[in-house]
Amino acid sequence: MDKSAPPAGALLPGTQIRERRLSLGLRQAEVAAGAGISASYLNLIEHNRRKAQGDLLGRLAQVLGVDVATLSEGAGGQLLDDLRTAAASVPTMPAELDRIEDFAGRFPGWAAVLTATLARAGQLERVVAALNDRITHDPHLSASLHEMLSAVSSVRSTAAILAETEDIDPVWRGRFHRNLHEDSERLAVGAEALVAYLDGSESRETEQAAAPQEELENWLAARDWHLAELEDRAGALHLQTEVAGLASAAARSLGAAFLTQAMAEAEALPLATLAAAMAETGSDPALVAQKCRVPVLVVMRRMALQPGARVGLVCCDASGTLLFRKPVEGFVLPRFGAACPLWPLFTALGRPMTPVSATLEASGRVPRLFRAMAYCESRLPLGFGGPELREAGMLLFPLDQAPDHDQVRAVGSSCRICSRRNCPARREPSIVLQTG
Amino acid sequence: MARVLLIEDEMNISEAIRFILSRDGYEVVAVHDGAMAVSAVQDASPDLVILDLMLPNMSGLEILTSLRANPQTADLPVMMLTAKGQGRDREAAERAGANHFMTKPFSNDDMRAAVRALTAR
Repeated sequence: MDKSAPPAGALLPGTQIRERRLSLGLRQAEVAAGAGISASYLNLIEHNRRKAQGDLLGRLAQVLGVDVATLSEGAGGQLLDDLRTAAASVPTMPAELDRIEDFAGRFPGWAAVLTATLARAGQLERVVAALNDRITHDPHLSASLHEMLSAVSSVRSTAAILAETEDIDPVWRGRFHRNLHEDSERLAVGAEALVAYLDGSESRETEQAAAPQEELENWLAARDWHLAELEDRAGALHLQTEVAGLASAAARSLGAAFLTQAMAEAEALPLATLAAAMAETGSDPALVAQKCRVPVLVVMRRMALQPGARVGLVCCDASGTLLFRKPVEGFVLPRFGAACPLWPLFTALGRPMTPVSATLEASGRVPRLFRAMAYCESRLPLGFGGPELREAGMLLFPLDQAPDHDQVRAVGSSCRICSRRNCPARREPSIVLQTG
Repeated sequence: MARVLLIEDEMNISEAIRFILSRDGYEVVAVHDGAMAVSAVQDASPDLVILDLMLPNMSGLEILTSLRANPQTADLPVMMLTAKGQGRDREAAERAGANHFMTKPFSNDDMRAAVRALTAR
């Protein structure tokens, strides 16, 4: 069978007649004679350039030994309707509607691609409309924007008064200076909250458009980043069922791979063993790894996924792409795009098997301190003849204050939403940082 | 000189408008709560009301509707303060009888000119 042919249900009548004739091993002349038409006319019918209707269709069905209904328009009608819809959707480019059957018959594969593309465009238009509707009517967004416009309005009027009024009373001047200060604070807080909201907002619409990794992380977050069922085989089955229920196929695949790894790691380092090792050695993953004879990254993941663990974890591959993000309060992990290049995670990535630790100050309205411990491991899945793959992990422990002897490294989330001025590593302007 | 009743819950905007108009010789009475607005109109007998659209307890639109329903204030000039993005509310205020709209953020010169025009009627 021709590989470019669409499914049988989508075949046009002429194409069906041709296929049926060929399957019976009949020549065009034989069938044409049986139906009382010329072979050349049958050729036109078979290529959907002429339509067989009424008695003629009945005679052809009889010669070919099939019901008239199977040769009727209904089979390919949907495809033709879809093509007509496609033509109507671009009124500025008139399509040859009078040759639509010819087109569908001669290029069924391309016709199917065209209609599938149209369907996809329609689906995307609906998502855009939903997002647009949300931006317009979201009460939180509306209130935030109103708040910011009010502050901008006040700043504009007050600044103009101060700039244009030479003989302003000192009491009024003091009051206006104070108002300006208050409003600039409001603006800073409002802008940051707005950016955080837009960057981290979740709704049904955006969940539908969420990246597969995000879908998986949302599932883990809903389980408070702990999978108690990992500790026994029977429970793991339940987890697999849950992962199989994730929305996208890509997320289900990622989830299955994540569970396979998590189950193996839970077996290699059960919770009780981890807890005992940590009680003895503290929270240094390298010491725990040495004691329990497991890789450091396994310890990092097991530590981060303990019940109620107040510790963040980010993992990346050799390209710096974040593969796993478990957030911790006060340290914003980028949802889209690349992370801050100043993270110790990336230092470790360049120095496999070398521990990197640092005290970090995460940017934000209230800067927070963290102890970061990063480590990179490499592996050779295809042996010496294949590529070396790297994976780095970074644990983030919240700190109340920086240790006296430690230098604090100022880091951000991603340049786009980072408010640090004069950052030597900035690669794109910030949308929360006033420039000029 | 003309008396202006300013109904605006944002204190800093209210102070700025009050300062601008006072220097131009207007007597400005400021109210910050929607619920107090209607009685303030009766008490102050203003020549112009500057009315914010979004107010606590009673919206600017409700206040405007109430003013227009009262024969004594049906023709009182009312300037609405709106923020960009409040297109639908603005249309409703237009139908309810607002005389002028000032969009936040506004320039002080535009505010002065609009007040001058509305009080010169």
